[in-house]
Amino acid sequence: MSLYILVGAVEQGLVYALMVLGVYLTFRVLDFPDLTVDGSLPLGAAVSGALIVRGMDPFLSLLLAMCAGAAAGCVTALLATRLRIMSLLASIITMTALYSINIRIMGRPNLTLLNQPTVLDALSFIGLPRYLLTPLIFLGIIIGCKVLLDLFLHTQLGTALRATGDNPQMIRSQGVNTDMMVILGVSLSNALVALAGGLVAQSQGFADVGMGIGTIVAGLASVILGESLVGAQTVFRQTLNAICGSLLYRLTIAVALSYRVGFLRLTPSDLNLITAVLVVICLTVPLLRTRLVMWKRAQGD
Amino acid sequence: MLEIKKLKKIFNRGGINQVTAIHSLSAFIRNGDFVTVIGSNGAGKSTLLNLIAGTYLPDSGELLLAGENATRWPEHRRAAYVGRVFQNPLLGTCATMSVEENFALASRRGLRPGFRWGVTNSQRELFREKLKLLGLGLEYRLKDKVGLLSGGQRQSLTLLMATLRRPRLLLLDEHTAALDPKTAEQVLNLTRELIQEMGLTALMVTHNMKHALELGNRLIMMHQGRVILDVDGPTKAHLTIQDLLNEFSKLKGQDLTDDKMLLI
Ligand SMILES: Nc1ncnc2c1ncn2[C@@H]1O[C@H](COP(=O)(O)OP(=O)(O)OP(=O)(O)O)[C@@H](O)[C@H]1O
Ligand SMILES: [Mg+2]
Repeated sequence: MSLYILVGAVEQGLVYALMVLGVYLTFRVLDFPDLTVDGSLPLGAAVSGALIVRGMDPFLSLLLAMCAGAAAGCVTALLATRLRIMSLLASIITMTALYSINIRIMGRPNLTLLNQPTVLDALSFIGLPRYLLTPLIFLGIIIGCKVLLDLFLHTQLGTALRATGDNPQMIRSQGVNTDMMVILGVSLSNALVALAGGLVAQSQGFADVGMGIGTIVAGLASVILGESLVGAQTVFRQTLNAICGSLLYRLTIAVALSYRVGFLRLTPSDLNLITAVLVVICLTVPLLRTRLVMWKRAQGD
Repeated sequence: MLEIKKLKKIFNRGGINQVTAIHSLSAFIRNGDFVTVIGSNGAGKSTLLNLIAGTYLPDSGELLLAGENATRWPEHRRAAYVGRVFQNPLLGTCATMSVEENFALASRRGLRPGFRWGVTNSQRELFREKLKLLGLGLEYRLKDKVGLLSGGQRQSLTLLMATLRRPRLLLLDEHTAALDPKTAEQVLNLTRELIQEMGLTALMVTHNMKHALELGNRLIMMHQGRVILDVDGPTKAHLTIQDLLNEFSKLKGQDLTDDKMLLI
């Protein structure tokens, strides 16, 4: 694996870590399985891209992309809480609707941003070569978001949000409207995912309506990989693990893509298959471990 | 404090499993009343408490909390008035959060959460003071996850949390039933002390007739969604277990001395 590929994987790991933080927030903190992300990632890319093409400042376009993501999350949460649609189904509905909406926003299924100003151009005055600058900027953004998220999860609102995922009956009887917490959490999560989408579009130079396919599975794989890293189960550690999980995941994928397995050479289009297999392995390892322990015990008797 | 007017709750309305859990029940709980509630399994005790707390909304009837019509209030709104301890020790606390975080949430019961710190240092001092009362050594474990504690410890914690901010009404649903006899006795003593010291208005459901007679100034017996006995003051003070059994069989026209549902 060349240094070029390695740096590329790190860059991807860092930018998609924003999405992984979002997935961590819904799946782990809120206990709300949310598939909206497959739609809100390209939504962020579409909003940011379309606005830049129309001459908006790239930073401001990211802010609006986050707002769009939050709105998408809000729709899913409203479907789930107010209309009592199962969370998984509610998010699939939003995701499906977003496919059409994203094409509407861009005016066509994809949008090229070559020769358009991006946040990376705006920061190029630092003077580093692009292949180093991009990951460093992404590192800065992800650290900033992690710190803010950690701080938020320790506020009154943040603790109430965590309690909603842990024990809704308890927190309701402490006077917290759990529906509001779900709306807040899912919106925040999708804002992060849309930010990731916007940054990906700006760094790759294009936005595509299909770029979100497999996002949730990649996000889950990263969260689970991150959890396999040991550490105290504090919020600080969990968000750190999510980011490390994202890096680990992208590196694993890069390695898998750069080797030939017999006659088979994997291509980027095999990514979703590899991810799916990875998630299944991650999810079954604990089960296999307990089975093995039980089997050993049975042998011992 | 709490006025219940012809409250009715039907589960699975129209289905084959339709159950009328509460039949047009009326009651008036005065300020400072400590009511023990007894009755056989399925009598509707938990349903009544859930209706008061807003976990369920009634099919008909009215419910007034501190003079305000709270019939349609959602659960989280009623929490400003009501403190609760559940029968299941796992229900009252968040397992993945620390002792102090659980306490901090309870210390703001009924208040809107904001962007301030979840737990502050001055709160920690207060929590330590309160936890010392339990004598379980939890004052040294503020940062521990609640999931690491035993059922009895969690239930004691829930009880302290329910009274951290003075509730206008305290609801206890068989809160010692899942504990071993010794722990149950400790939690019960704590209940008695807290209610007495703070002068709380409380409803305590129990299957233990001895406890129902020893504690409180008023006793309510329920059967099939109705109140079949409601005594207070000196009458309650002189009540015996045999009286309760007699009362029950008299009202229902059957001998219940060996009814397993009415464990002594
Ligand atoms: N969520 C529910 N759905 C359907 N039926 C219910 C529900 N909750 C309670 N019931 C029914 O309502 C009736 C009263 O139940 P409830 O739990 O209030 O009794 P209880 O007096 O608390 O009994 P126990 O002493 O066993 O706790 C029972 O017939 C029960 O089956
Ligand atoms: Mg009950």
